[in-house]
Amino acid sequence: MSATFLGMPGNFPKNAAKAVHNSQLRYNLRKATHTIRGKRANVVGELPDWQELRAAGKAIKDHTLRNLDRYLIQLEEAVTRAGGTVHWARDAAEANAIVAGLVKATGETEVVKVKSMATQEIELNQALAEQGITAYETDLAELIVQLGDDFPSHILVPAIHRNRSEIREIFLEKMPKVPPHLTDDPPALAEAARLHLRERFLKSKVAISGANFMVAETGTLVVLESEGNGRMCLTLPETLISVVGIEKLLPSWRDLEVFLQLLPRSSTGERMNPYTSMWTGAVEGQDFHLVLLDNGRTDVLADEVGRQALRCIRCSACLNVCPVYERAGGHAYGSVYPGPIGAILTPQLRGMSSDLDASLPFASSLCGACYEVCPVAIDIPEVLVDLRAKAPHAAAERAGMKVAGWILNDHERLAKAQRAASRLRGLIPKRLPGPMSAWTDTRDMPEIPEESFRDWWERNERA
Amino acid sequence: MRVALFITCVNDTLFPGTGRAVVSLLRRLGCDVDFPAAQTCCGQMHVNTGYREEGVRLARHFTEVFAGYDAVVAPSGSCAAMVREQYPKLARPGSRGAAAIAEVAPKVYELSEFLIDVLKVEDVGAYFPHRVTYHPTCHSLRGLHLGDRPTRLLKNVRGLELVPLPGSEECCGFGGTFAVKNPAVSAAMGADKTRNILDTGAEVLCAADNSCLMHIGGTLSRQKTGVRTMHLAEILASTEEAQ
Repeated sequence: MSATFLGMPGNFPKNAAKAVHNSQLRYNLRKATHTIRGKRANVVGELPDWQELRAAGKAIKDHTLRNLDRYLIQLEEAVTRAGGTVHWARDAAEANAIVAGLVKATGETEVVKVKSMATQEIELNQALAEQGITAYETDLAELIVQLGDDFPSHILVPAIHRNRSEIREIFLEKMPKVPPHLTDDPPALAEAARLHLRERFLKSKVAISGANFMVAETGTLVVLESEGNGRMCLTLPETLISVVGIEKLLPSWRDLEVFLQLLPRSSTGERMNPYTSMWTGAVEGQDFHLVLLDNGRTDVLADEVGRQALRCIRCSACLNVCPVYERAGGHAYGSVYPGPIGAILTPQLRGMSSDLDASLPFASSLCGACYEVCPVAIDIPEVLVDLRAKAPHAAAERAGMKVAGWILNDHERLAKAQRAASRLRGLIPKRLPGPMSAWTDTRDMPEIPEESFRDWWERNERA
Repeated sequence: MRVALFITCVNDTLFPGTGRAVVSLLRRLGCDVDFPAAQTCCGQMHVNTGYREEGVRLARHFTEVFAGYDAVVAPSGSCAAMVREQYPKLARPGSRGAAAIAEVAPKVYELSEFLIDVLKVEDVGAYFPHRVTYHPTCHSLRGLHLGDRPTRLLKNVRGLELVPLPGSEECCGFGGTFAVKNPAVSAAMGADKTRNILDTGAEVLCAADNSCLMHIGGTLSRQKTGVRTMHLAEILASTEEAQ
C-alpha cells in the first residue's frame, strides 16, 4: 500500500535541505526534468500559434470557472441521460465514503485504478484499505510508487526520483512472479510490469479512474495517457467509478480541441499522446459512476487572485522548468501536487495552518519560468506573492521587516542607517548569527562601502 | 535629456560604484541626470515576502518622488520590473494610487532599455579588454523581456570578449528573501550557476542586477574562484582613458 501524505512532518525548507544532499536524487531529477524540458520546448516551438492556443486555453477555463455551477448541472444531466450516476462529494471523507460504498455494493474486495490525482488528494487507497478493499495502481510509474511504499514525486512521472536499477530492486522484492533474472533494461522492466498488470486487468471487476477533462454538453469524460493501461482499466471492468475534481470541466466538445493540443505538448513533449479514451455515461455491460469532488475547490474559486490555480490541467510543465523543484524533488512539498503549481494549489486547498502548508508559498525564487511555460497562463508568481501576504510570519521576521520598512520609508533615516553600517563595517563578522547565517554558510558577504551613493552624490553634486 | 536616476536601495547602500558608473555613462551620452534625494526603495522585498502593507507604502513613496520626471532609469532589472509589472497590481483599480502608478510606471526604464530604446545607442564607446560572460537575471528576462539588449551593448564594447553562459536562463537562486528562507535550495542553485560560469573560462560575470550578483559573487568568492562580478553599468562606463 502506498504511503500517505497526511500528517507529513517538517516544512519545505527542511524537507528540501535533505533532498539537496541526496546526490542520486539530484542526478535523477536533473536528468529527467532537463530531458522533458527540451522535448517540450521543441514541440511547442513547432506551433506558430502557441501563444494564441495558450490564450484560448486560459479563456475557456476562465469562462468555465465563472459559470461552473451552470456547467456542472449540465454535465450531471448529460451523464445521467447517458445512463451514468452522478455523486457529489463536498470533501475527502464524503468522496471516500461514496466510493467505498459503491465498491462494497459490488461485493468485490479488489479494484484497479488508473492514475488519478484526485483520489490521491483524498487518500482514497487508505480509506478503501480501512474497509478491507485493496486498490491496485495500474499506471506504470504509479505502480512503482505503490510497490515501493513511496510517495509520488511528480505530477506526470510520479516515480521520476527513481532510476531503473532502483525500479528493478522494487520489482524483484515486491512483484509476485517476477523473473529472478530481471535486468534493469527498460524494455525488460516494462515487460515485467505488463505481465503483472495484464493479470490484474483480466481479474478485476471494479475500476476507479480520474479524468483529464469532462465535457458539460455531452457528459463525456476524457483520459489522456501513454501506456494503454488506462484504456484497459476503463473498458474491462464491470463497474467504473470516476473521481474527478469539479474544475476539470469544459463547456463543449469543441473546446476539447484546444486542450488536446496544449496538454500533450506541455506534459510529455509529444505532439499527441498515444491513447485518448473518451466515454459518455454507461456503456453496454458496464455500470458507471461519476463522483464530483469539491474538497476546497469552491473556496479557491472565491479567491480573486488564487482562483486561476483551478485552470491547471496537471501537465507538469511548471515542475520541469522549476529550479527549486529540480533541487528539492517532489516529496519536499508534502502533497500530491508538487512543484510551482503545488506551492499555490496545496495551501489553497488545505489552508495554511500546518507548518508545511505555510511554508509552501515561499518555496520559490519567483523566477517566473513556471508562468512562462504554463499552457493556461497561470501567473504562479502572482499567486505565490498573494499567498505570502496571507501566510503566517514568525514574530522576529515581522519585527525585522517592520524596522526595515520604517527605515526605508524615509530617505534621511536610510542615510543614517547607511552611515551607521559604514562606520561599523570593520566589526561585522565573516559568519553572521541568526537567520543571516543562512547567507554566510555558503556565501561571502558583500563589503559595506565607505560611502553610500547618496552621500557621494551629495558631496559631489550639491557642493 | 533630463533623466531621474533610481539607484535602488541595494545599490545605494552596498554597490555605490554602480550608481557612479550610471552617472558617468549617461553624462557621457549627453544626458542631464538628477538623483531625487527623497528616493528610497521600490518595496519589492516587502511585497514579495508577504508584507504588502509596508510594500504599498514604499510604492506610494516611489510614485511621489518620481512623479514629475519624463524618464526614470534604474540599474536593476528586478526593481524596474517591480515598478512596471507589480505596482499596477498593488492599487485598487480606479483609485488615486492606481492613477499615480499608471502615470509613473511606464516611464521607468532599466538601463539597457533606456540606452537602446530611448537614446537609440548600441555602442556606448566603452572599452573593457576582458573575457566576460553574461547572466540574464530572471526579472530582466521574464519580467521586463529585455531580450538581447544587454548583450548587444556588451558586443559593442571594444576589447571585450563575450562568451556564452551555459544554462544562462536558469535562476541563480537568489530570489530576495528566498536565499535565507530556503538556504539549501538557494545554495544548490548558486553552486550550479557557479559551475556554469567557471566552465566559460570568463574573468568577469556581468548582469543587470546587483542583488543576483551579490549572491553569485558571494558564492564565487567563498569558493575562491577568482572570477569577478560586475554590473553592466560598470562595464559600459569603462573607457580606454579610465583603464
